[in-house]
Amino acid sequence: MNNYPLRTYLFVLIIVFISIAFALPNIFSADPAIQISGQSGEMEINQSVMDDITTALKDADIDYFGTKVDGETGILRLTDIDQQLYAKQVIQKKLGLEYVVALNLAPTTPEWLTRFGASPMKLGLDLRGGVHFLLEVNTDEAISKQMDTIVRQVRTAMREEKLRYESIKLVKRKQIVAAFKTKTDADKANSIIRQKFTGITRDINEENGLFIIRSKMSELEIKKIQDYAINQNLTTLRNRVNELGVSEPVVQRQGKNRIVVELPGVQDTAAAKRIIGKTANLEFRLEAKPGSSNREKFSFSDSYVRDRGIKDAYLKRTVVITGDHVSKASAGFDEKGTPNVNISLNSQGGARMHRMTRNNIGQRLGVLFIEYKVRTKYNIDSDGKKIAISERYVEKKIINLATIQSALGVGFQITGLSTPREASELALFLRAGAMAAPMYFVEERTIGPSLGAENIALGVKSVSIGMFLVVIFMLLYYKIFGLFANIALTLNLLILVAFMSMLEATLTLPGIAGIVLTVGIAVDANVLIFSRIKEEISNGLPPQSAISAGYDRAFVSIVDANITTLIVAVILFIIGSGPVQGFAVTLSIGILVSMFTAIIVTRALVNLSFGNRSIEKLRI
Amino acid sequence: MFNTNIINFMGQRKIASIVSVFLVLGSIVSFTTKGLVLGLDFTGGTQIEVGYQDKANLTEIRNHLAAAGYENPIVVHFGSEKDVLIRMQGKPAAGLSDNVLKALRASQPSVTLRRIDFVGPQVGEELREDGGLGMLVALLVVMMYIAIRFQYKFSIGAVVALIHDVILTLGFFSITELEFDLTVLAAVLAVIGYSLNDTIVVSDRIRENLRLLRISSVEAVINESLTQTLGRTLVTSLTTLLVLSSLFFFGGELIHNFAIALMVGVLIGTYSSIYVASNMLLILHLKREDLMPPEKEGAEFDDRP
Repeated sequence: MNNYPLRTYLFVLIIVFISIAFALPNIFSADPAIQISGQSGEMEINQSVMDDITTALKDADIDYFGTKVDGETGILRLTDIDQQLYAKQVIQKKLGLEYVVALNLAPTTPEWLTRFGASPMKLGLDLRGGVHFLLEVNTDEAISKQMDTIVRQVRTAMREEKLRYESIKLVKRKQIVAAFKTKTDADKANSIIRQKFTGITRDINEENGLFIIRSKMSELEIKKIQDYAINQNLTTLRNRVNELGVSEPVVQRQGKNRIVVELPGVQDTAAAKRIIGKTANLEFRLEAKPGSSNREKFSFSDSYVRDRGIKDAYLKRTVVITGDHVSKASAGFDEKGTPNVNISLNSQGGARMHRMTRNNIGQRLGVLFIEYKVRTKYNIDSDGKKIAISERYVEKKIINLATIQSALGVGFQITGLSTPREASELALFLRAGAMAAPMYFVEERTIGPSLGAENIALGVKSVSIGMFLVVIFMLLYYKIFGLFANIALTLNLLILVAFMSMLEATLTLPGIAGIVLTVGIAVDANVLIFSRIKEEISNGLPPQSAISAGYDRAFVSIVDANITTLIVAVILFIIGSGPVQGFAVTLSIGILVSMFTAIIVTRALVNLSFGNRSIEKLRI
Repeated sequence: MFNTNIINFMGQRKIASIVSVFLVLGSIVSFTTKGLVLGLDFTGGTQIEVGYQDKANLTEIRNHLAAAGYENPIVVHFGSEKDVLIRMQGKPAAGLSDNVLKALRASQPSVTLRRIDFVGPQVGEELREDGGLGMLVALLVVMMYIAIRFQYKFSIGAVVALIHDVILTLGFFSITELEFDLTVLAAVLAVIGYSLNDTIVVSDRIRENLRLLRISSVEAVINESLTQTLGRTLVTSLTTLLVLSSLFFFGGELIHNFAIALMVGVLIGTYSSIYVASNMLLILHLKREDLMPPEKEGAEFDDRP
């Protein structure tokens, strides 16, 4: 009685070995490191660059080791984490702004472990420091932009078909209202719209003697545009983040219209925000003639005003090309030494630019810089409380207005930028692509590196102390069976860590809280089993039968109890965001693992010690 | 099986009911009049945590901030006397952290920035809605699971116990004016899981005993079951409280309230699995026939001694 077949013991042993192997990388703590890369792909990071860096570090008295260069990036490790920020400043100063210098953590996993794919758990921002942004994509903007285009196309289509319309206009930026004098015209227009424009709904009505067609975008089409806008923004953000040279960044969609950006190790939020959050675009427009009806007034950028003292100018409403047509952009200097941006357009943009400039030599071409921004306003509500309201607005400023000397083609330059930084950032935005829809910051968190290290220390401390208390209690209360439960509990933690490392799950502070809670709950299954065994013994069952009955009868309770807790953990994961999800992940893995360790592993231990023997008395 | 030391839990069920009703009403009154002290996650706004080498002087910090043009910032100690949390309305303007640090460094050059959090008002509002929704969904799914695995009277008993636990935990946060943030919400949801765990174990035993024991009174069966599971209920609560106190004392300020919420929840959950869930079964007139499966069931009797 109470014996497992050999294969069960082997199975448990194999699980133990695999878990040890995958959990092992976590005991090698990562080195603070600095990673260097170039602003653009063409810059090479070679040994001579690294030699420059090491000389500068030696001069600044910073200890380093393990330098590595691979042509595109260079990395070096530091002995003291407190010197990391200082080392970054020293290197940045030495190399200049064309190089991206980023803080990093370099894993120290030995090669024999990495060879079969074992790697340490990823640490969340709250444990390693960095910045977290949550951006909201204003997809309404993308939709109304699309509706603008459709209205224009509908008008053209009507004209092409020689259909007379009273008016075709866009109402509230989302509904096209077309009015016709006769029913035949309206019907004909209706069928044209049906044929040529998929994805919009139509509805004819007679109102005040006119026949009105109302069209709206279908739900399906709206969703398509929203998805497109978000995916385009995600791509652009990834490009920009890559240009920042951050190690292991996270750029992810969250929910319907949000994007999470996490940049571990980044401390300079201002710079990160400037690059990430700028939903900027460019428009090239010709200067409008005085008195023309087709004109719009714009202010010049601050630096332009400062340098030349002109405040504003009139540009035509028609846009020649936008930043979407830019295929390449790089910052540089012109022959006078002022910063500029060299631009290459794609063929469509080049053709349009050529056509426009060829006919307008001697006129001036303006470059409009468009930014979507947010400001906070305060309102007083009925209770007299101050409430903050975020208000979105668009800022359009002229950054350059220059005379067209000759017909422009695919390649040209934008001058009139005041600093090299402005030029390199503009080049970056153009290179990384434009946003399909404006975005706004809705959440922003910065965690300092010292706080991260402190959180790890606190987490490790509370897990060890909590575990120690439980282990002691179990030993005192259940004696030898308590020892089995403790072995199972240790194994539970080991498998949990191995699982998290294998899944590349991110460990956060709430995640550690989840682990601690798991420790408390994991012994519950054993408590259930052991109390049942105790009971069966006091009911007069012989020890071997009591053990067997205890495990069998407690099984149902354990499964029911754990499944319900698991349901709650899964719901937490689905509805929660960042921190709550971290908690839910560790809790659910912990519960699943505890079922294995508490039932099978302790049973294996019990069977090994008591199975196939006659026991007079069981001390439990 | 016929234990002589059966504790007459259900004998005190009237007192327990009165206590529970009183506590629930008290919580609801506090909840509706005082409400909860919501954390930044729910209200939106900006908070900055800074660290000092020595004890920080809050009045001085307030004055410095006011001089730098920041209106009515909330300045409190965070965890220790060396750490200070500054909370402001609205969004961090460009360079906010630099400006705040500059203002503070004027008198204390050693001050360091530990973290900045900004949460937009719309995010906070959504979180409030999602959090409430999450609790409702969790309750409904759990209720369905128990109704399928046990019987609807058990699921009503369990859910009433859960609602009881959630209301009391929220009431505790309302009365003590502890800050309710995202981690506390997670803790309250974990309390649902924990308390359920307890209730299920007890229900499981009641079901088993109702089928096996030849005692006519359901009340006696419940007493017997509660007595049998009491040891386990107390040991599990104790081990969980042990690790939670470790979190409470050593886990740091960020999960302090999380630990408190769970400790309170575990205590209430232990009480409710004994007195609330079982009490509900009696109120709903649980009968032996409710649990008799339609098919003939003899197997379980065979392995009895």
